[in-house]
Amino acid sequence: MIAYYLGKLLSYVEYTSYFSLGYFLVILPFTLLAYLVSPKPVRRVVLLLASYAFFFAISGGLLVYLLATTASVCGIGLWLSAIQKRCDNACALAEKSEKKGIKAAYLVKQRWVLALGLVFNIGILVVLKYSAFFIGNINTMFGSGIRLPHFLLPIGISFYTMQAASYLFDVYRKRISADRNILRVALYMSFFPQIMEGPICRYEETAEQLYSAPRLRWDNLLLGGQRILFGVLKKMVIADRLNMFINNVFTNYGNYDGFVIALAAICYTIQLYMDFSGAMDVVCGSGQIFGINMPENFKRPFFSKSISEFWTRWHITLGTWFKDYLFYPLSMSKPLKKLTSKARKKLGNHFGPLCAGAIALFCVWLMNGLWHGAGWNYIFFGMYHFVLILCGNIFEPYVIKLTERLHIKRDATAYKGFRIFKTTLLVCIGELFFRADTLTAGLTMFKKIFTGFTLEKLSSGALFTFGLDKQDYFIVLLTTLVIFIISLLKERGINIRASIAERNIVLRFAVWYLLIMAIVIFGAYGVGYIPVDPIYAAF
Amino acid sequence: MERLIEILEDIQPEVDFETCTDLIDGHHLDSLSILSLVAEMEEEFDITIPTVEIIPENFNSAKALWSMIERLQEEE
Repeated sequence: MIAYYLGKLLSYVEYTSYFSLGYFLVILPFTLLAYLVSPKPVRRVVLLLASYAFFFAISGGLLVYLLATTASVCGIGLWLSAIQKRCDNACALAEKSEKKGIKAAYLVKQRWVLALGLVFNIGILVVLKYSAFFIGNINTMFGSGIRLPHFLLPIGISFYTMQAASYLFDVYRKRISADRNILRVALYMSFFPQIMEGPICRYEETAEQLYSAPRLRWDNLLLGGQRILFGVLKKMVIADRLNMFINNVFTNYGNYDGFVIALAAICYTIQLYMDFSGAMDVVCGSGQIFGINMPENFKRPFFSKSISEFWTRWHITLGTWFKDYLFYPLSMSKPLKKLTSKARKKLGNHFGPLCAGAIALFCVWLMNGLWHGAGWNYIFFGMYHFVLILCGNIFEPYVIKLTERLHIKRDATAYKGFRIFKTTLLVCIGELFFRADTLTAGLTMFKKIFTGFTLEKLSSGALFTFGLDKQDYFIVLLTTLVIFIISLLKERGINIRASIAERNIVLRFAVWYLLIMAIVIFGAYGVGYIPVDPIYAAF
Repeated sequence: MERLIEILEDIQPEVDFETCTDLIDGHHLDSLSILSLVAEMEEEFDITIPTVEIIPENFNSAKALWSMIERLQEEE
């Protein structure tokens, strides 16, 4: 009877994101309670069951895909490990001159097994996420009438597939040992705070922590709770408040002039950062509550002095994944190493390696664009960053020479400020194409910024009629300023969270009170507001 | 070690490689600069640097790079 009513009650709340009532009122507190009362060996089972329950609440029967990926990754890992052991045994018994040949023969076997694991798991992602896009393009190119498939995507498939692939690569490279314990692999693959939007963790970062299921600690609970509230503040006060204005402009861009479109591009960049980094605060805060340290995905990206640096501070775990498993293996593969060697002789040590680097970089950014979504605007977004990073590298020696000639000190604050401004501007342009419904829409909007730029909407006050009034703009500006100051302090080595934790109880509770009040008073919820869907969960 | 510092200074003249210990974490070397560095080191010190060695722990300082070079020379 109780179970029936509890089930009915649970079915009334939504489980759409880390900001949904289902997460805050059901998944997180119930898991915490069960974790608290369970003995240590049961805690890890509680975490796994909660993770599968959360996944099932959002994606239902599509949970089978996650189970298949987990089982395949565990099995293929053990298969790779068995080949490595056979190779070691064979080498131990062989003469020195034979060892090289034995290693090469076993390496070929390993590569086939690794390829099988990757094709199976990445194949699932490609079929579910990209088949409609590819078939649509084939239909357009050849005039064929192939029916477009419509697959439902399991939540977080782009994230957990990357984790699965990194596990297989790391076992293949002997960075980690294949795990015989499927429970530990399953926990690594599915931990509920990160399944939907990452961070994309490496096996050695979280698997053992999760499996050890540490005891709950009061300080972790408080620090994790604070971080969750900070994330909710970013999302509800800024990202959700900007949503209506951004939706309005990007949907009806034909009705607006260049100024409004430029403002919408800036607002979308702010929204995307607040939504995604806010979600990461909730994710890492939830992890901290359970005593799990997860890798950070953001390192104050808007203090970057170049696009290349920006991508080492924004969605860090995706960038390092592409660097470790695509960029370096490609650029240091035999054919590209040969190219580098030849090019260095002809073009010198700066431009020589750039040839192989450019090919690898092109592949990385093509994949990065496609990873975000099956659409030409995402491919354009990837290519845009490829060109910017490549040009940045090509012209760097000339820029250094130019600044020397002009007697500009490169470490002067003004010059650094100029570089940060330039990078932010380029990021906003990229995000305009990223958010645009189609590539054509993005190009039209970008063109309008230059051809139809007037300040008429600003002077006439019409700017306050698109879903944001004066008060909304003020709240967004004020909260963004507060977050900017916190980031600036952290950039200078001052950690606000740590310094608050050292203060007396009155001040600490005042911070809690302020955060909660700011969310309750300034949060954009209720009639008149449409909360933004978790942007990165859709990738 | 001196030759390594010369190579590093040629790739990125603005950094004091004798003291810097966050070449990767401090964004002083990006992925494309690392490719130049790897190519130069492989030729100069007659080593092959496998992909698994390209990790911040090996590339964050000249000292760490030198340790890696010595280790790879011994292995070869």
